[in-house]
Amino acid sequence: MSKYHKLTVIASLMTLLAAPAYSETYGLGRPALPEEVAAWDLDVSPDGTGLPAGSGSVLDGEDIFAEQCAVCHGDFAEGVGNWPKLAGGAGTLDHEDPLKTVGSYWPYLSTTWDYVNRSMPFGNAQSLEPDEVYAIVAYILYSNDLVDEDFVLNKDNFLEVEMPNAGGFILDDRAEAEYVNFNDACMTNCKDSVEITMRALVLDVTPEETAAKSGTAAEDQVTEADAEQPVQEPVVETVALDPELVAKGAKAFKKCKACHQVGEGAKNRTGPILNGIIGATAGQVDGFKYSKPMMAAAESGLVWNEQELAAFLAKPKKYMKGTKMSFSGLKKEKDIAAILAYLQSVSQ
Amino acid sequence: MSDSSKHNSPSRRQFLTGAAAAGAGAVAAGAAKAAGPDPLITEVQDWASSFGDGVDVTPYGLPIQFEQDVVRRNVEWLTADTISSINFTPIHALDGTITPQGCAFERHHSGAIEMRKEDYRLMINGLVDQELVFTYEDLERFPRENHVYFCECAANTGMEWAGAQLNGAQFTHGMIHNMEYTGVSLRTLLEEVGVKPEGKWIYVEGADASSNGRSIPMEKALDDVLVAFKANGEALRKEHGYPVRLVVPGWEGNMWIKWLRRIEVKDAPVESREETSKYTDNLANGIARKWTWVMDAKSIITSPSPQAPIKHGTGPLVITGLAWSGNGAITGVDVSVDGGKNWIEARLAAPGQDKAMTRFYLDHNWDGTEMFLQARAKDATGYVQPTKTQLRDVRGLNSIYHNNCIQTWWVKESGEAENVEVS
Repeated sequence: MSKYHKLTVIASLMTLLAAPAYSETYGLGRPALPEEVAAWDLDVSPDGTGLPAGSGSVLDGEDIFAEQCAVCHGDFAEGVGNWPKLAGGAGTLDHEDPLKTVGSYWPYLSTTWDYVNRSMPFGNAQSLEPDEVYAIVAYILYSNDLVDEDFVLNKDNFLEVEMPNAGGFILDDRAEAEYVNFNDACMTNCKDSVEITMRALVLDVTPEETAAKSGTAAEDQVTEADAEQPVQEPVVETVALDPELVAKGAKAFKKCKACHQVGEGAKNRTGPILNGIIGATAGQVDGFKYSKPMMAAAESGLVWNEQELAAFLAKPKKYMKGTKMSFSGLKKEKDIAAILAYLQSVSQ
Repeated sequence: MSDSSKHNSPSRRQFLTGAAAAGAGAVAAGAAKAAGPDPLITEVQDWASSFGDGVDVTPYGLPIQFEQDVVRRNVEWLTADTISSINFTPIHALDGTITPQGCAFERHHSGAIEMRKEDYRLMINGLVDQELVFTYEDLERFPRENHVYFCECAANTGMEWAGAQLNGAQFTHGMIHNMEYTGVSLRTLLEEVGVKPEGKWIYVEGADASSNGRSIPMEKALDDVLVAFKANGEALRKEHGYPVRLVVPGWEGNMWIKWLRRIEVKDAPVESREETSKYTDNLANGIARKWTWVMDAKSIITSPSPQAPIKHGTGPLVITGLAWSGNGAITGVDVSVDGGKNWIEARLAAPGQDKAMTRFYLDHNWDGTEMFLQARAKDATGYVQPTKTQLRDVRGLNSIYHNNCIQTWWVKESGEAENVEVS
């Protein structure tokens, strides 16, 4: 590439001597329109550049967080299972297994705003309004004890928030701290003894070796699934669905998509696949590990008819204490009806 | 060390079961000393008599069925969800240096998306003379370059900081691949838009839901970064960023933005999530290093290794592995069979190339006694790959990223190998 650069330098010299020419560029591409730049140039920098107007309170943030974020990050930003913890960890950075959260580790608040705005919620990114992002960020600050519960975050006070670990970083110093010492290539009698100090087999956390599924096996599975469906059909009452409601349901289902798949080729994720869920017995999806309460309910014959499913979706944790589904629930009955219609439609 | 390997032997693992059986008969090594005539030779085999597949059977070929275990694998407990996760290249089963795309590790934060070339747009904006939008076709009209580079995740070997943990080269060192890229030099594109003098950084982001933006200093952007659309001669796979990805030679894999959609010229770094909360290296005192972009020199013996045990008994043994450095070319690799007491210079299959993988071999005569196999890479800067102790002395146990320590495989008399740490 340096060769090319030299060519352009030579070419531009020639331009000076024998104008006109357009040798420096290829004239490819077209100007970016202001609307296009505005649509994509969303990043926010530590000095606040890129922040849109808006504001959001801790209290509003609590509600939005419960609805949009808590399914993975927990109601108090404490994290569910292996999902990232966003709060806590103060004073742990020099401990064994430090807990690195927005409060304990992240040096700039802009990073949180930027990430929530562009990459969250998981499975439904770029769906939040600026005020909602301000509110979520305010709530994350609150869950880290960095602001009071009456705090309202906005564009103007954004830079006033102090991040505890802002001074916790140094630039890469490997050249001085390591490279100067990592140059010993001793060839003989480099040490006296060699003893085993740790073995991987003692821990035994290595995954089992399994060969790739052959194409035929995968095809067989599909055939089996197809063969199963007609058996279930008599249970499901085929109803004429309102296409508008189904469309609304497809949109509302985005909230569920972070954990649930539905339709052709769906797989179990954090939650089970939902194909044919309406009218199905609870806890029956192959290969999904249900919570104990769900298995108990299944054994006592719980069937997911529309009433049961609607009650579960409205307040999952109240409906079934101990369910693995850590979703706060759908507040609007309209959303529940729409999602049920959508699930019905993809199962028919 | 007492031989406790017998009752710890994980016989449930198919590959080791096979190894143990072979090991038992290995004393009488050498297939040439067979008792009677080999029916594979004396009897006419099906394949020597009837037909194989015609040329219309496989328009695009996959490996033969007997190689079905040479696949990417993931470690389930590492991440919450496979959509935002990583898998590992089966380096223990590969040879040469080029990683086939189909088994080259993947790491993405919102799944591998599918985008048509026709729907592809690349925007360059910010501190430039003319903000431009390019189509895929536009990119194909700029002068093209070909380069082989390794791409290593900064977290490769990251699970081994606190001790030997995962039992296989695929899992300890498989967050890496090495491909030949075809693309346009980023410098060419930046010259096309005209960088303003105050433009000191670029911020690059992808088109997927995670966007995964990273800041790169202008010096690197103008040096050797590629906007690539082909790998190993064919289109990128979707899991590697089809149709266009960034190639940032020698630097941590997270910066190699996939589904590249925007390059913004800026006067300062964005300090995005992936360059503050992640990919920063926590030291023992709680202070973290940032901007640790370069992947230091590293090597790994791929065979024998826990997933590739010795099955042939004593005698000639090919010890082989890979070496690479983000600071330049590999100049040499030393191998130790005694846990680092003594070292032998290995044979490089080809002279080391800048920021690309090098294959090394040590043609060894194994006497059947246990070995503590280690490899140690050296690069053009004079850097010598450190031990884990050397790294821990500087960084402690919590830095997660950039673990380029010397790895030890304990090869037992049975030919089985285990990931261990030695004094």
